[in-house]
Amino acid sequence: MKKYSAFSLVKESFNNHLGWEKAWKKSNPKKNYKIIIVGAGGHGLATAYYLGKNFGIKDVAVLEKGWLGGGNTGRNTTIIRSNYLQEESAAIYEKSRLLYETLSQELNYNVMFSPRGVMMLCQTEHELRAMKRTCHANRIYGVDTIMISPARMKEMIPIINIKGPRYPILGGLWQPRGGTARHDAVAWGYARAISSWGVDIIENCEVIGIKKNKNKISSVQTTKGDISCEKMCFVVAGNSSVMAELCGFRLPVESVALQALVSEPIKPVMNCVVMANTVHGYMSQSDKGEMVIGGGADGYNNYSQRGSFQHIEETVRALIETFPFISRLRQLRQWGGIVDMTGDRSPIISKTPVDNIYLNCGWGTGGFKAIPGSGWATAELVAKGEPGELAAPFSLERFKEGRMIDESVAAAVAH
Amino acid sequence: MLKFICPYCQVEADETELTPGGEAHLKRMGPGSSDQEFYNYLFERKNPRGIHFERWLHSYGCGKWFHVVRCTKTMEVFGTYSAQENNPPKKILDIVKKRISFGKKIK
Ligand SMILES: Cc1cc2nc3c(=O)[nH]c(=O)nc-3n(C[C@H](O)[C@H](O)[C@H](O)COP(=O)(O)OP(=O)(O)OC[C@H]3O[C@@H](n4cnc5c(N)ncnc54)[C@H](O)[C@@H]3O)c2cc1C
Ligand SMILES: [Zn+2]
Repeated sequence: MKKYSAFSLVKESFNNHLGWEKAWKKSNPKKNYKIIIVGAGGHGLATAYYLGKNFGIKDVAVLEKGWLGGGNTGRNTTIIRSNYLQEESAAIYEKSRLLYETLSQELNYNVMFSPRGVMMLCQTEHELRAMKRTCHANRIYGVDTIMISPARMKEMIPIINIKGPRYPILGGLWQPRGGTARHDAVAWGYARAISSWGVDIIENCEVIGIKKNKNKISSVQTTKGDISCEKMCFVVAGNSSVMAELCGFRLPVESVALQALVSEPIKPVMNCVVMANTVHGYMSQSDKGEMVIGGGADGYNNYSQRGSFQHIEETVRALIETFPFISRLRQLRQWGGIVDMTGDRSPIISKTPVDNIYLNCGWGTGGFKAIPGSGWATAELVAKGEPGELAAPFSLERFKEGRMIDESVAAAVAH
Repeated sequence: MLKFICPYCQVEADETELTPGGEAHLKRMGPGSSDQEFYNYLFERKNPRGIHFERWLHSYGCGKWFHVVRCTKTMEVFGTYSAQENNPPKKILDIVKKRISFGKKIK
């Protein structure tokens, strides 16, 4: 792998940029691997990365039914924050956010992490109280957030309307080190790193079955043939229930569509991320100037990667009172992804009923921010066969034990 | 936009006047059941990529629950029937069998 640097850029500019190599290698499957990871989204790739980096395990293949990063990792609105209410969540999301801070340097790949700050609006008395509670909880867990006044918010984002008749702004929860990153680059950066140390990334390779011997997986059946393995971990987001069915068990997960849209590019109007949880809308401005807008998820099971149109309308309508200027913007693109929702809106990083199959899913509408931390925790689980501190609370067993990590009430919008 | 015919008022209802209610024909488990059964009832879902039997509420219409058979991959709707029926009617199952739109056998 050639290092990217100012020097290599200058060198290539004298070479008509003909010397750049492919960021990662396209591979065909070998007969067998120590570990197979299913799903080349951010979480699968990060798991492979930390398996190599933290545990020296590099005999790994990452299988992807479509193209690398073509799932939710390439479809989200890239909000990164760690101001969660529950201690277990704060631990893994804050670990993740910390890893994001230096990820570009670590991967030698610019993931454009931009800690521009995340502002959560409080638009009802109830929400104001709930956010104050979150702020106190954050302080206990060492997550840096503060409550700010409407006047201060207006100062920070002059274009915001704080005097809306229906949902006036009563305050805000401010996480100064939250922000955004380039979603594709996160997947590409991890892919480039693992490919350089010989991990096989195999695209257009769907897992369509598994072979078991007693209660252990011996090989996976794919559209590119059978591949045997010592351990398998599936990280397939919206398709988790389908993979679980192949492995012979069911999950407490349902797949629904979540959509987002971007406007035409405009001059800079907003330099942080704004989330309006009461009205289910959130917005940031991309470096190209587009307003990136996301909303709530649909309510019914869906695998079509398309959502209901009225949800787009509802999302935009909800934000117009607070941001009147968006009523005059044209929509450039709109798309959907299939997200895997758990009942408590927290993820599952867990052993499964099959001895050597591991599972990472349930990130729902908010797992982009968690990619580095989740990869870190999942790698530990797969390498040791037992979860470490970060993953342990997120086991499948928690539902049976009534040990929910309830983030659904804590943040009406989980992104 | 999804559209279903409400089996009670017979109107073709838009998704916007309906509320989704998740997987249908779950057997309620409670006192007397094992922990595993109770867990399955409360949390485990089929969540299939394919034919889904589900419940919907005609919330801005007659206010009644009913059943829908739909494909979660193609969004094709195979039929609706009342909430009082514990099993999908044969008429609808026959339509489903005839119209398997993605090559996968239905159990
Ligand atoms: C519109 C939208 C907005 C969002 N906004 C945010 C946000 O602002 N902040 C945030 O933190 N999160 C957000 N999210 C959530 C976030 O995108 C996801 O939680 C995260 O990307 C999940 O990553 P993943 O690697 O688990 O899944 P994915 O990126 O979906 O990767 C899973 C991969 O598995 C592959 N796969 C599936 N089945 C198989 C099979 N049988 N064989 C082989 N491969 C298979 C898929 O093709 C896919 O590429 C948003 C999601 C959406 C849809
Ligand atoms: Zn009706």
